[in-house]
Amino acid sequence: MIDARRLTKRYGEKTAVDGLDFVVKPGTVTGFLGPNGAGKSTTMRMIVGLDAPTSGSVTVNGHPYARHQAPLQEVGALLEAKSIHPGRSAYNHLRALALTHGIPGGRVDEVIELAGLGSVAKKRAGAFSLGMGQRLGIAAALLGDPQTVMLDEPVNGLDPEGVLWIRNLLKGLADQGRTVFVSSHLMSEMALVADHLIIVGRGRLLADTTVADLIREAGGDTVKVATQDPARLRDVLAGPGVEVTGRIGSEELQVSGLTAREIGLRAAEHGIALFELSARSVSLEEAFMDLTRDAVEYHGSTTGVDTLGRPA
Amino acid sequence: MSTLTATAEEPRTAPARPAYRVTGRRVLASEWAKLWSLRSTWITLGLGLLFLVAFGLIAASRYKSEIGSGHMDRDFAASTAVSLSLFGTNFAQLALGVLGVLVTAGEYSTGLIRSTLAAVPRRLPVLWSKAAVFGLVALVVGTLGGFVAFLIGSGIVSGTPAAMSLSHAGVLRSLLGAGLYLGLVGVIGTALGALLRSVAGGISVLVATLMLIPGLISLLPSSWQNDISPYLPSNAGEAMFALTHDSMTLSPGAGLLVFLCWTALALGGAAYRLVRTDV
Repeated sequence: MIDARRLTKRYGEKTAVDGLDFVVKPGTVTGFLGPNGAGKSTTMRMIVGLDAPTSGSVTVNGHPYARHQAPLQEVGALLEAKSIHPGRSAYNHLRALALTHGIPGGRVDEVIELAGLGSVAKKRAGAFSLGMGQRLGIAAALLGDPQTVMLDEPVNGLDPEGVLWIRNLLKGLADQGRTVFVSSHLMSEMALVADHLIIVGRGRLLADTTVADLIREAGGDTVKVATQDPARLRDVLAGPGVEVTGRIGSEELQVSGLTAREIGLRAAEHGIALFELSARSVSLEEAFMDLTRDAVEYHGSTTGVDTLGRPA
Repeated sequence: MSTLTATAEEPRTAPARPAYRVTGRRVLASEWAKLWSLRSTWITLGLGLLFLVAFGLIAASRYKSEIGSGHMDRDFAASTAVSLSLFGTNFAQLALGVLGVLVTAGEYSTGLIRSTLAAVPRRLPVLWSKAAVFGLVALVVGTLGGFVAFLIGSGIVSGTPAAMSLSHAGVLRSLLGAGLYLGLVGVIGTALGALLRSVAGGISVLVATLMLIPGLISLLPSSWQNDISPYLPSNAGEAMFALTHDSMTLSPGAGLLVFLCWTALALGGAAYRLVRTDV
């Protein structure tokens, strides 16, 4: 559980994080999305106390991170990938971290195996590829068997097999009841793992929503119909959970709540001629772009986003 | 939906969690392990030891070979077995001080500091542990090197005016003083590294403090020099292990006290920056 309240970070004139309010809940994967420079990394650094907030606060499992007796057991974090000394082996790096908490050596071997680093654990970490470095960072994050796992851009530099491994790992951790908080600037990647989304732009909260809601709000899964008799078609299609919109005098209608197939069948049943019938599925990527493009217009309007366009 | 399964599973996994805890001793153990798991530690400590012993022996051998020749520098002719065998201190302090800087500033230059402070977010135990671990190691290396250099060097110069044995008044104190001085130089190195967060910056300030400032002081009017010079880190430190003292130098005890104050000042600055600034 991560709880940020009016979390703000300024560097001189520049405001990197601007009054963020959000809660990351256990048992689900929460994606932290935003374009580069949106303040994701700064927020994560504040969560583990590397940066001090200019104002506001953030707690982890009820307390500020530094107050915990065993911080690595509360939050395991992967921040920038290479937070290691290149001259030290992966094993010795993890062991040094484990020693601070009294974590037994057996756990070090466990996370090395878990991260698939068994064959290179005794090699200098400086010789690791980007992907290997990322795996070492994830091994370090899991070392304390933490309740909350926080990863900043974990798939960067990973090969397809590694990306798949991360996805399954994150879902597995969430299924165990842990809080999983993952940042990315790629909506497509988030769509595959995250249930919940916290979207930021220019340091501000743009949306605190679920993947399903975001698609729906963006007008996803609508069908475009062009017909000779739009007024009659409206009547024919009307029903619970169905929304039909279209400009007056236009032949085009946007229908949500029905599939193209159902619309076509009903139109045929009532003898209404159709000129065009196409399913239009808004990708999450588009929804994300729309949201972040208008960063200023949307600032803080989470409730607005939540209720927008919900089918009546 | 997954929230439901999570709350159902949480009580089942919760009691099985081991009770980990960060303690001062564990942070010490971690820093100890970190120090010895880098090849650069072994190389630099080896160099420090080599400088200390080798330069001491070279100085002793040169003294021995020139003592009869008549055309010897007067200062050099006044050498003792102690001053000859501790000749390498100047070079060893560079190796040990630089390694001290690397112990802390190296974490910033590599990015390791993020992992370190995420594990120990209270931060200060990391600085104290690094200073203690490395100070102790530098002390042991310095003392060991000083004694080895003296034991061999005093053998080389036996039978000359410089000859001395361990039982000679002040010899033991000088050798232990040199070890302690090198240990504290190590601590100052770690403090400067943590204060400046830069390997190059830390080494520059270290070299300036220990080697350049004494030279620059000679540019000041001589009445100022006499007031300031004994209290400079390098001169106060040298008073800790010099066998003889005059009106221009501090006593060994006073030298130790002044050098400890410099060390505390550097550590205090490092602690302040560590706690106050973002990583």
